[in-house]
Amino acid sequence: MRFLLQRVAFYLFTAWAAITLNFFIPRMVPGDPVQSLISRNQGRISADAIASLRVLFGLDSDRNLWEQYVAYWGQLLHGDLGLSFTFFPAPVSEVIGNSLPWTVGLVGVTTIVSFLLGTALGVGAGWRRGSWIDGLLPATTFLSSIPYFWLGLVAIALFAGPGSFFPSSGGYEPGLVPAFDAYFVPSALQHSILPAATILVSSMSGWILSMRNMMVTVASEDYITVAHAKGLSERRVALSYAARNALLPNVSGFALSLGFIVGGTLLVEIVFSYPGLGFQLFQAVGSKDYPLMQGIFLIITISVLVANLLADVAYLLLDPRTRKS
Amino acid sequence: MTLSPSSIEQVIPGQGAMAQPSARARRRRFRFVANAKAATGLAILGVYALLAVIGPWIAPYDPDARSADVLQAPSARHWFGTTHLGQDIFSQILVGARSVVVVGLIAGVLATILSVLIGVTAGYLGGAADESLSALSNVFLVIPALPLIIIVASLVDQAGELLVALIIGLTSWAWGARVLRAQTLSLRRRDYVEAARATGERTWRIIGFEILPNLTAIIASGFVGTVIFAVMSEITLAFIGISSVSSWNWGTILFWAQGQQALAQGAWWWFVPAGLAIALLGTALALINFGIDEFVSPRLRTGGRTRIRTADGRTVAMRVGFTPVLAPTPTPVPMQRPADPLREDATS
Repeated sequence: MRFLLQRVAFYLFTAWAAITLNFFIPRMVPGDPVQSLISRNQGRISADAIASLRVLFGLDSDRNLWEQYVAYWGQLLHGDLGLSFTFFPAPVSEVIGNSLPWTVGLVGVTTIVSFLLGTALGVGAGWRRGSWIDGLLPATTFLSSIPYFWLGLVAIALFAGPGSFFPSSGGYEPGLVPAFDAYFVPSALQHSILPAATILVSSMSGWILSMRNMMVTVASEDYITVAHAKGLSERRVALSYAARNALLPNVSGFALSLGFIVGGTLLVEIVFSYPGLGFQLFQAVGSKDYPLMQGIFLIITISVLVANLLADVAYLLLDPRTRKS
Repeated sequence: MTLSPSSIEQVIPGQGAMAQPSARARRRRFRFVANAKAATGLAILGVYALLAVIGPWIAPYDPDARSADVLQAPSARHWFGTTHLGQDIFSQILVGARSVVVVGLIAGVLATILSVLIGVTAGYLGGAADESLSALSNVFLVIPALPLIIIVASLVDQAGELLVALIIGLTSWAWGARVLRAQTLSLRRRDYVEAARATGERTWRIIGFEILPNLTAIIASGFVGTVIFAVMSEITLAFIGISSVSSWNWGTILFWAQGQQALAQGAWWWFVPAGLAIALLGTALALINFGIDEFVSPRLRTGGRTRIRTADGRTVAMRVGFTPVLAPTPTPVPMQRPADPLREDATS
């Protein structure tokens, strides 16, 4: 329990740091990109929206920094992230709300599947050192060195095209309305196979390698020798003794590298025009939609923090030592 | 695009870089290069470094020059084909190599310096300094780096190479700092450090001459990992069109390929060479990192002879933790351990 509280405190601190960072970034950059956006859209934006953008991007220079900071927090807590210029006149929170489920579905699920699958293969590779799985390691290294988005491009070139089963872009058939029914769900699944496979192929090898190395390290521990000496079956020693202990560092490594993984996988959405946060971020960058960019960064960060917390809970369940004290 | 999780951190307790006798290391100075993986990686990296220097000179065409050969497939005149404006893609790749290597190097050096400063200081000083520095690096570790880099870079109009390198370097030091802190923590109370402290060496000297040399492998592997991340980030920034499109790097090529619907037009040559160049560079760096890992912890090596025939005709699989008996003699020979005064501490 104490462990969990500590972690929660740390994540709250990190969230605060990220939000504060978000507050300072536009204020430290020379020039006023948002000011020019506002003046370009003069007459189309309501006075309320302008006021909210001024608070978010620090355009009200008559107030001091502390007052700006307090006003900024007040506005965030009301869920007001400003106005998106790309999807004018939709507020940023609405745009994010529409695309978040797609990202959670695609990136979230594939990240977990890739971790589980990679770990399982790593157990095999580490336990039977020198077997055929070891021969795969250089190939997986090559695959993991490819940028995700480029692998997506190749996948589209190879598998998608006119008449192919795999659609090359979008999250669902254009004519459909998002709902949980017999038309929409299969279409959404069909559209997610190729992006998901792309993420899987390039993100799995990291887990294979780290789990293999942990297995090799654990395999020379005394308790493994003892387990062998007791005459336990090979399978039992491998899974219940070696893998169980090797898994712990891998889980904490998983939690720590979530930020890196999510950053990379978001780009796959760009290539596939998948209607998630990554694609939205891409569009925001293209049209210099700063409110949307900042909102997406905040949401991604908070999602990663929540995912981290979940990984910590998993660690807590896996490692009895953390529960003891 | 994960930062390749180095196993070094996990191998730390007990064994590791510090266990090597120096006399032996001096005799076989190029032992690291003898590792096939590291040698391959270094060789490929050497080619890239060479291209970064001479690429712009040996490029057959000006990468910006337009010509009448629009969207041509690879041929003898244009090895990697041409773009929608008739620009030679081979020249673009050659010219772009410099930017990729330079940004990777600058960001890698910057992040490594930061990680050494923060990680070693935190590990050596301990106490409140450690707490706050660790919290800082954990925060940077957990915040998704790439979106942050994208936001900072996009606020600056047409971010140039140097700025991109600085932004990447300043945001990607945390992993290295964490690993270094853990290792410094375990080195801090070793006997030889205590001895140095007892003889009155200054703190900066202990850190610089007693602790840092023993962190070399970890620093090197962190550096390589950061370079991978920096190269990937730079290419990503160029690909989504944030950094300046006037200078060439491989991401810029992909940016134009994506923007001009190269896929729909079947122009595979437009994006395949750039991607392969990136992947090969990434593989080379990853191989070097494996080499470092295996150099530090030989158990991680792959391959080799794992099946051995014993004298009585059976085959035995060699595995970590097992020592198959190969001698045909049924009577066990009593093992004699040579007296070794240096290893007294192992028994105590």
